[in-house]
Amino acid sequence: MPDVPLLRACDLQLGYGGFVLMRNVSFEVRAGEIFFIMGGSGCGKSTLLRAFMGLKSPQAGRIFYGKEDFWGGGAEKRRRIMRRTGVLFQGGALWSSMTLAENVGLVLRGYTELSDEEVRQHASLKLALVGLAGFEDYYPSEISGGMRKRAGLARALALDPPALLLDEPSAGLDPVSSRMLDDLILELRATLRSTFVIVSHELASIFAIADNSIFLDAATRSVTAYGKPQDLARAPDTENNAVNFLTRGGDCTNTLSIKDVA
Amino acid sequence: MESSPQVAVLYQGASLRVSVGGQWRMDRALPVDQALEDIADTHVRELYLEAKNLDSWDTSLLVFLVRLIRTAQTRDIAVNMELPDGLKHLVRMAFAVPAQVGAARASTRDSLFSAVGGAALALIPRLTLFLCFIGEIVTSFRRLLSGRAQMRIQDFVDAVYECGVCSLPIIALTSLLFGLILAFVGAIQLTRFGAQIYVAGLVGIGMLRVMGAVMVGVVMSGRVGAAYAALIGAMRVNEEVDALSVAGISPIDFLVLPRVLALTLMTPFLTLYADLMGICGGYFVGVVILDLNPLEYVTATAQMTSFRHMFIGLVYGTVFGVIISVAGCRQGIFCAGSAQAVGQATTKAVVQSIVGIIVATALLTVIFNVLDV
Repeated sequence: MPDVPLLRACDLQLGYGGFVLMRNVSFEVRAGEIFFIMGGSGCGKSTLLRAFMGLKSPQAGRIFYGKEDFWGGGAEKRRRIMRRTGVLFQGGALWSSMTLAENVGLVLRGYTELSDEEVRQHASLKLALVGLAGFEDYYPSEISGGMRKRAGLARALALDPPALLLDEPSAGLDPVSSRMLDDLILELRATLRSTFVIVSHELASIFAIADNSIFLDAATRSVTAYGKPQDLARAPDTENNAVNFLTRGGDCTNTLSIKDVA
Repeated sequence: MESSPQVAVLYQGASLRVSVGGQWRMDRALPVDQALEDIADTHVRELYLEAKNLDSWDTSLLVFLVRLIRTAQTRDIAVNMELPDGLKHLVRMAFAVPAQVGAARASTRDSLFSAVGGAALALIPRLTLFLCFIGEIVTSFRRLLSGRAQMRIQDFVDAVYECGVCSLPIIALTSLLFGLILAFVGAIQLTRFGAQIYVAGLVGIGMLRVMGAVMVGVVMSGRVGAAYAALIGAMRVNEEVDALSVAGISPIDFLVLPRVLALTLMTPFLTLYADLMGICGGYFVGVVILDLNPLEYVTATAQMTSFRHMFIGLVYGTVFGVIISVAGCRQGIFCAGSAQAVGQATTKAVVQSIVGIIVATALLTVIFNVLDV
């Protein structure tokens, strides 16, 4: 069934109370794609992702995981769908009272019949996949921010989910770590055939690994561009704010340099 | 060679020349108000800004110029800047992005009437939310009984150790001193009648029946209730609670249930321990200060108290355990996403626990009185 997209948003409207953050958000993510949700700060990228995680109910519109209407059923249905979806939060959100192996293992323990020893082995393997072999018994507070992100990714991968949702995976990472994370994502896609939905404003990552993307515009509160970032940056009919975003504000003539000011 | 900031104002027909000079520094008094008043002169149609003898300057000069230009703009006075390049740039930058419409918060002050009304109306949803939370704990407990709860035994054991064993020293200290105080206060009256021996009964019944439990409750509110609120609240801020939900693990099962169970289980034991310590404090006063016979004091305590008193104390203790753990966990779970919110949640947890304990004590005391036990 190659025709059914893995994830689909239909006329989604999100907001808080009477405040509408975005409306008419529609897009499709196909299996095996690396899909970016782009946008400036505060445009609602993370909120959109939270709707896909089951943490924020949309005001209108629908979300489909395959053929299943995500918000159309009860909490039990969402829980069942989320079991097949891995999530990496912005700060990693590792459970601070547990070691890395326990963090990865907790999810496995909840949903599988594995013995303690097997859980441990699975967790070690997932940690090794993200380059954290040997760190099983470290607590999240004992490792660096970049390692925490990777450990969070290992936890997201615990149940071999077909879809992964990543919230700003490279935020706060140095360029090299960020690049390594990009490579890791590409490798995981190639080997595990996972699909990634990534919220980011890291242009380097976006151009390096995105297959498809949407641009959320804070001013119009809707999706103003939809396509492969390289094409969007080149296409003449791309909306202005999206082009500005993808080119870091154009040719920089109207920004002041430090020299002018001093 | 420090020079003070200067502002020279020169009229040339309809135009006003403001020349700034000297050293402008934030920590100096500035001669600015006169120039602003001159602008208010209705004849002025043009404003020239110049900096002839300007020495060095910082933001104070910029603030002054921006104020000047703003005032000029509101009066439709044309502004010509004959300033150094850097200064001109900064002034332009200050005006480059117009203030976002609606970004500045209008300070809304509710009238007393609407504030009271709003608070009263907010009570009902808050009560609903509270009852939902209680309901979730109860269903979580039922899942535990049927063996389907996602609670880790390890977490429960840790919580028992943390709120039980680790609380022993501080409970010993406070209860011992409280027994001492109780004995002293009683002795003042009782020695006047030569009835010192009744100090044993006073301390014994007082501690067993209610004061032991209250001591435990107050100490636990600060020690454990606050810790629960802060821990779960910080997990909320760090998205760890969301991560649990997304992983299909109920935060109530995983975080709240082990803590509520642990504290509810431990407070009765701690109450017994506090009772014992309080009686020891009374014994010390009776024997050392009031010169009572040690054996006599012990016998009197045994005669005047009964198991009934102890059981009543345990009921108080158990109820306090529920109140403290539920208040702490609830504040943590409903904490908003900032460090400030964690602080507020912690404060609220302690205040609600202590108020809850006092209200519950009053209610239970009335009930026990009516039941005549």
